[in-house]
Amino acid sequence: MDDSTVGQGPSLELTPEHRMIRDAARDFAQAEIAPIAAHLDETGEFPLDTIRKMGKLGFMALEVPESEGGAGMDTLAYVLALEEICKVDAAHGTIMSVNNSLVCHALLKFGTPAQRSGFLRPIAAGDRIGAYSLTEPMSGSDAATMKTRAVRQADGSYVLTGRKSWVTSGPVADTIIVFAMTDPEAGHRGISAFIVDAHQPGLIRGKHEPKLGIRASATSEIMLDGYRCPAANRLGAEGEGFKIAMIALDAGRIGIAAQALGIAEAAFDAAVGYAREREAFGHKIGEFQGLQFQIADMKTDIEAARLLIMNAALAKTRARVTGERYTQQASMAKLFASETAMRCAHRAVQIHGGMGYSKELPVERYFRDAKITEIYEGTSEIQRMVIARAALGLR
Amino acid sequence: MNIITLVKQTPDTAKLSRTLNGLQLSADGQPRIVNPWDEYAIETALQLKEKHGGKKVTALSLGKPEAADALRTSLAMGADEAVLISDPALATVDTLGTARALAAAITRLGGADLIVAGRSAIDGNDAAVPAQLAALLGRPLLSYVAALKAVDAGAKTITVVRALEGGRETVSATLPAILTVVKEIAEPRYPSFMGIRKAAKAPITTLALKDLGLEASALAAGLSWQVGLPQTREVNCEFIAGTPAEQAEALVSKLIEQKVI
Repeated sequence: MDDSTVGQGPSLELTPEHRMIRDAARDFAQAEIAPIAAHLDETGEFPLDTIRKMGKLGFMALEVPESEGGAGMDTLAYVLALEEICKVDAAHGTIMSVNNSLVCHALLKFGTPAQRSGFLRPIAAGDRIGAYSLTEPMSGSDAATMKTRAVRQADGSYVLTGRKSWVTSGPVADTIIVFAMTDPEAGHRGISAFIVDAHQPGLIRGKHEPKLGIRASATSEIMLDGYRCPAANRLGAEGEGFKIAMIALDAGRIGIAAQALGIAEAAFDAAVGYAREREAFGHKIGEFQGLQFQIADMKTDIEAARLLIMNAALAKTRARVTGERYTQQASMAKLFASETAMRCAHRAVQIHGGMGYSKELPVERYFRDAKITEIYEGTSEIQRMVIARAALGLR
Repeated sequence: MNIITLVKQTPDTAKLSRTLNGLQLSADGQPRIVNPWDEYAIETALQLKEKHGGKKVTALSLGKPEAADALRTSLAMGADEAVLISDPALATVDTLGTARALAAAITRLGGADLIVAGRSAIDGNDAAVPAQLAALLGRPLLSYVAALKAVDAGAKTITVVRALEGGRETVSATLPAILTVVKEIAEPRYPSFMGIRKAAKAPITTLALKDLGLEASALAAGLSWQVGLPQTREVNCEFIAGTPAEQAEALVSKLIEQKVI
């Protein structure tokens, strides 16, 4: 390579547009979310005001094309914005991630034009909040064991009955993508997806799940008791539900990875800030090598997580044209970023000592928030299975 | 109603770390932002357009090529067009030269019913350009505006409340006029992602001095100044020894001697 071509090849530099997105998200998070994050964590209130504001600004449908009412951005823009929100409050990030990656992505990819205009557009406009409901009390990672049934009626509509759990934004959601068995004999091939209007009879919102972290992201059970879903609101073909769920989760995992990165960075920034100020034994604690090594490992993990996320985000954007799956890239990003978040938050608490255990500082919140990223949208164990199966060529 | 909003790109003073290059403030390589006061001006312009069905809001800036970023933010907030005056010859221009270049650009853009700017810029804090611009264009200046009471595009009049030290003043003027605004006027909106998308694609017109029919010599700085340390005063301290009683005695007689008491 001669000098004239140096710097013209592939680059990890952000474009001015991506920088503007990141800065706009950062400004919003600092001004609107930072002042209320601790209070929301304590009370577990759903942040309806800020979520509505975010919806109006396009945070809830970043990758939905402008023709469908979204912001028309790529996945990189989405992860940058999500990371900035999560640096300040991971609970807002969960709500944002579910709307974007699980709900909008599934509606965009599998929705009919009528479903897109009826359900996707209002979410993109910030008028409605979306949710995704796959998990049940006795069925998590193993979706094929789900008990919720959708029974087809003579008029083509479906009657849904069952109990769903851990529905993010369940207490306030307007539109919920519900997965239910249409053919219990067929295992995961018997699952179908339905777009459920949460304000119709037959849907009962259950108890709030009290949680360790991301407390402002209200989570609840949903009971379906003879909920009638018109045939027009079935998403995709009958039996295609599992595929839709997994494709949505591929997208979702990139979002959770970005969320984890935001938490990791918040913990890192707090740890560095504290290590520069706090003195012990006549020195700033940052001057001790034992602490420096921890800072170095945190920084390196964060950078590695960022690169894995960018890689997955670029793969997802390419997939719009090629249609290829990016399952492995998404799983690797999610696995590494979530474990990075947990490690960084753990170290940040330790570096803060007693102050890290105090509710006076947000570090203990980062620690509690980080844990969920290793669990939801596929546990770390499931991610390892996905990555290994792809590597070994197993199904 | 045609509105031009003046937008300056400034260093982010909240983030300056190593800024003292000798005694000169250096912001090279530091993060740059839209002058926060100008965000209030942009918001004022956008609200006026929304309320009065204005024709368009044009964001106008003078600066280095990277000042285009500040204009993109203005576009993302909702400005319709953006124009940047940028010329290497403007690197050392003072406020009057800036006002001259802005006046020429505004004339070239066909003028405006209202020109809105922030009360000052957070870097120089001169608050001089809008006043100089008003003088050059021969238009009224309404500075430190905290509220708009009435704007009549048909009758070409405007009534505003000015926030002054120790009071408020309600004044009217004829349009076109130049406004500088303070914080109270309106809460600047966040750029939406749809706005950012639009802004990223929007063209920014760049004007050099020759496009404005100006010569660099006509904009030469009228003022020159030097930055220096304040003069140090020579101080000699004399320490009085002895017992407290002797010290007091000596101190009092010295103060009498110096006619202090």
